[in-house]
Amino acid sequence: MTTVSATPPLRGEGASTPPAVDGSAPQRAGTDFPGRARINARTLRTDRWWLQPLITVSVLGVFIVYTGVRIFTREYYWVDEYHYLTPLFSPCLSDSCAPGSSHLGTPLPELPFFIPLPFLIFPILAGFRATCYYYRKAYYRSFWLSPPACAVAEPHKAYSGETRFPLIIQNAHRYFFFAASILLLINTYDAALAFFPETGFGFGIGSLILLVNVTLLWGYSLSCHSCRHITGGRLKHFSKHPLRYRAWMLVSRLNARHMQFAWISLISVMATDVYILAVSAGWISDFRFIG
Amino acid sequence: MSYEAHFRVWRGDAVGGDLQDFSVEVNEGEVVLDIIHRLQATQAGDLAVRWNCKAGKCGSCSAEINGRPRLLCMTRMSTFAEADMITVTPLRAFPVIRDLVTDVSFNYAKAREIPAFAPPKGVAAGDYRMEQIDVERSQEFRKCIECFLCQNVCHVVRDHEDNKDAFAGPRFLMRIAELDMHPLDEMDRKKQAQDEHGLGYCNITKCCTEVCPEHIKITDNALIPMKERVVDRKFDPLVWLGSKIRRRENV
Repeated sequence: MTTVSATPPLRGEGASTPPAVDGSAPQRAGTDFPGRARINARTLRTDRWWLQPLITVSVLGVFIVYTGVRIFTREYYWVDEYHYLTPLFSPCLSDSCAPGSSHLGTPLPELPFFIPLPFLIFPILAGFRATCYYYRKAYYRSFWLSPPACAVAEPHKAYSGETRFPLIIQNAHRYFFFAASILLLINTYDAALAFFPETGFGFGIGSLILLVNVTLLWGYSLSCHSCRHITGGRLKHFSKHPLRYRAWMLVSRLNARHMQFAWISLISVMATDVYILAVSAGWISDFRFIG
Repeated sequence: MSYEAHFRVWRGDAVGGDLQDFSVEVNEGEVVLDIIHRLQATQAGDLAVRWNCKAGKCGSCSAEINGRPRLLCMTRMSTFAEADMITVTPLRAFPVIRDLVTDVSFNYAKAREIPAFAPPKGVAAGDYRMEQIDVERSQEFRKCIECFLCQNVCHVVRDHEDNKDAFAGPRFLMRIAELDMHPLDEMDRKKQAQDEHGLGYCNITKCCTEVCPEHIKITDNALIPMKERVVDRKFDPLVWLGSKIRRRENV
């Protein structure tokens, strides 16, 4: 591609800010800056660009409200008869937990009513999703409108991205990944326990739901961009690390489906919790295949 | 199988301009650039448009069609209904020169700010040796045709002119990632990417990837891996400590 101007100046020499032909300061939001093509519309897109942010706001909004209310409830998260524990409360670590639901013991004392039972694990789960590279795209676009869609002007007059507090915290994603992976191991144990009710081996619909849910959660975690980096992405010489290269290739294949895993696992966590809530509250009975 | 299409083309310069309506013949198999050329030939002889290869390889004919950054030569007319109004404007992130031609020199200034490939000292150009699997990851980025659609669509500079000084844009952050992943490049580009080229401004909304005519996974394969490498160097105390203890760089 050929340039139409003489050698452009470097940083600090006025390379990036075109001269204000009408003398006004170039500080407006949108694309209406002096020197650019004068087009009043914030976008000329004719497709339904607003649909995707709308769906994102709706689904994430439902999840946020649901879990926000749910973690303050102190019942119906454990089915003692079948050993079903909802992933939102696992592990349950205080003396306030229902008998039998604390696989790792109860190192914490009774909690006052205003502290949710999963007050230690929920920030990890929420932080892992909130700092996830896919969810960042989703909520920056849909909640913060930055931008609402490609080539649709955002409403904000200033923008600093993830260069300063608080958004610079997004760089801690890998630590949330590590912590969430530990919780996922516990979730895997929970799913296995759901196949061993009080009567011995047996399983019902709830056991299968927990199994599918934990499989999807593994898919989401292993397809994570930080996981991809840790397994091999940080390497400069794959040829010197053949095993890590293979792992990186595998994670890269999963990573291409990270968005799908993000949505499906989000919905499966909520669906699993709703099912266990319904069984625990006695609204429905668990269909048993064996035991 | 020809029909009359409704076109709305932006005409003007840096001082001002407007969208002008045209009714123009369209034939089977044509692309938008063909129609712009027909407008030049029949109705608007002084309509300015930059183009070169007509094959999606030179990156010259970047513009916005119905508000979406695209190559004029790679946008088939068959993707529109005959009754559609098709709006063609210049790139909206760069200063306009005239009609559909913009001044993209911002991008060349940014290109010059990135230090060139830095091979090991004492190794002559003809003596570079590397394993294929070490170099193939960054070869994806070599497909870039420098159409600057990604630079144009990125809201960091498209919606905020004042960020142009600090932010290199996705095309050149991808170039930094390409060099940082290169098995023979010895320069530490991680802190540079964050501190001098504005990687932290990127909020990974993936518009660069959406508009890339070469289908390069800019965000997933270049920008996010580069952000993770920056975390290694600037924000992760454990990795920093490990690198000091084991004294290993460029693994």
